[in-house]
Amino acid sequence: MPARLPSAFSRPGTTLTPPRGPAETPVGAPARSRWLHLVDQIGDFWIVGVLVLMVVVFGALAPSLFSRGAWLSISNYSVEYLILAVGQTFVIMTGGIDLSDGAVLGLSGMVSGAVMQSMYNAHASGLLTTVIGFAIALAVGALVGFGNGFLITRLKLPPFIVTLGSLTAVGAAPSLINGGTEISNLPSQIGSLGTSAIGGWVYVTFLIAVVVAVIFGFVLHRTRFGLRTYAIGSNGLSARRAGIDVDRHLIWVYTLSGFLAGLAGMMVMANFNVANPLSGQNDELDAIAAVVIGGASLFGGRGHMLGTFVGTMIISLLVTGLVLVNVNGSWTEVATGIIIVAAVAMDQVRVRLAER
Amino acid sequence: MTSDQAGPVDGSARTQPGGRAGADGGVPVVSVEGITKHFGSVQALRGVDLEVHAGEVVGLVGDNGAGKSTLVNILSGGYQPNSGTIRVDGQRVSFSSSLDARRMGIETVYQDLALAPDLSVWANIFLGREELVKGPLRHVGWLNRRSMIASAEKDLERTRIRIGSVGSVAGRLSGGQRQAIAVGRAVAWGSRVILMDEPTAALGVEQQERVGELVATVASQGVPVLLISHNLPQVYRICDRVVVLFQGQVVANLRPSECSLDDIVSWITGAALGGRP
Repeated sequence: MPARLPSAFSRPGTTLTPPRGPAETPVGAPARSRWLHLVDQIGDFWIVGVLVLMVVVFGALAPSLFSRGAWLSISNYSVEYLILAVGQTFVIMTGGIDLSDGAVLGLSGMVSGAVMQSMYNAHASGLLTTVIGFAIALAVGALVGFGNGFLITRLKLPPFIVTLGSLTAVGAAPSLINGGTEISNLPSQIGSLGTSAIGGWVYVTFLIAVVVAVIFGFVLHRTRFGLRTYAIGSNGLSARRAGIDVDRHLIWVYTLSGFLAGLAGMMVMANFNVANPLSGQNDELDAIAAVVIGGASLFGGRGHMLGTFVGTMIISLLVTGLVLVNVNGSWTEVATGIIIVAAVAMDQVRVRLAER
Repeated sequence: MTSDQAGPVDGSARTQPGGRAGADGGVPVVSVEGITKHFGSVQALRGVDLEVHAGEVVGLVGDNGAGKSTLVNILSGGYQPNSGTIRVDGQRVSFSSSLDARRMGIETVYQDLALAPDLSVWANIFLGREELVKGPLRHVGWLNRRSMIASAEKDLERTRIRIGSVGSVAGRLSGGQRQAIAVGRAVAWGSRVILMDEPTAALGVEQQERVGELVATVASQGVPVLLISHNLPQVYRICDRVVVLFQGQVVANLRPSECSLDDIVSWITGAALGGRP
């Protein structure tokens, strides 16, 4: 931080004489009704109540929801979406969108899988192969994300268009690797990672996803990077006037999104113990849905990592819950769509109430 | 009106040191010479000269499109002039961004306030100049929120601008309160000069008076204020000098103590030019 210059009121030897007159009460402060106070108190976390309500309803309809198997299914389903949604949260906070992260997930998994397969066939150690595989997946993801950010900031193209282009181009690339077939000859460490559950209740991959969400939650809410991410989404011009290098920041944000898509690619590979060229297709929509359900504004500047986590769990619970109550799987998309619209509508109502 | 009150209309007007602290005729805190700026075929500024001395309150007035905001944007680093010179404390400088200007102690209250509506009051005050904690977490950019909140409270308390809680989200405050944040931020950080572009536009009468008092208090500490306002009675009342821009040129450099409000209006409208552009 640049040193704070001595201001008009902090010069040594000077004392500010307060202007005459009584201290002023806040101008325009709205009279707060109990209802508005309650709305403020609930804030962005009303969606937690929705999650609890869903647990109660699905639990009442299908008590097996509270079984270990159901929990493992829900948590396992959420892994890739949670990691993608963490990156997507940063992007959406800036007022952008990343339509390519599902495709990046697929590409990074396939590139990593191909390299790991070659190394493994050449009798490299499984651990070394796995470590290198992770590094490659993360690097591929970060590289594509960097490319997105570079094009958005240097060519001044809308994020929607750039990442739509990436979605198309990157989405087709996995089918060019290994003849478009899945890669299965991978180190045993990969498979172990996907099937290991701590105490039989917590998949390691889920734990990794939660740790990622917690770490980047702190980054978003407690660091300069996070504050500037919000600022850019809230008012980009003001952020520039405040001296923030907005373009460089955006490149970092899109690189982060790609990086996390690469990590999600490895988690999917670990889950199925194969690298599949079809992995990640349409995942970006669920990730965006999770962020929006979690209370983020697609216009940027508003949202919370806890909301993203809850939004992801709502989608995962919905998928498993509907299966448990024997509802056709197609209704999952219908229900997800309804929840997205309801979440945004509820948020708008809340904002309007608070602004009265 | 006497002839020395009005500068020549050829754009080569030199400001006259005046006012409470600027009468020493010393090196101006900020000066511009021969500034021109065009946007495509539109010539916004045509060789503007202006000096602001320590402790002065200088009003910059003119009709819409006269070039006031363009000049402020150049001084605050938002625009780069096509030609001309900017000096701070006599040293020639150039600003490639608003950060450069802020580093030189030039703070601006923009007409649109330049606030992030989704951020808290304290975050708006410290945006771009965040304080970090000491220790290892500093390397990851961990914010020292407690310190910034305390400082923001003090800053606003000193200016007697009451917002309620500095943790309030700026976008949920009234227009007057948001304007107060922008003014308070500029005053808190401005060490050399404060530029105010319509700082009272959204304020009620009482708040306008308070900003006027604040401007006078800042100037009394030696920090000059360049005030752009359509509130001519206020400009007339609180400014030491009034510089009038007309079609991108400085056409008058007046002292309110030596002219009437009507004189200023006649320069703004061009009537005092007697038909000359």
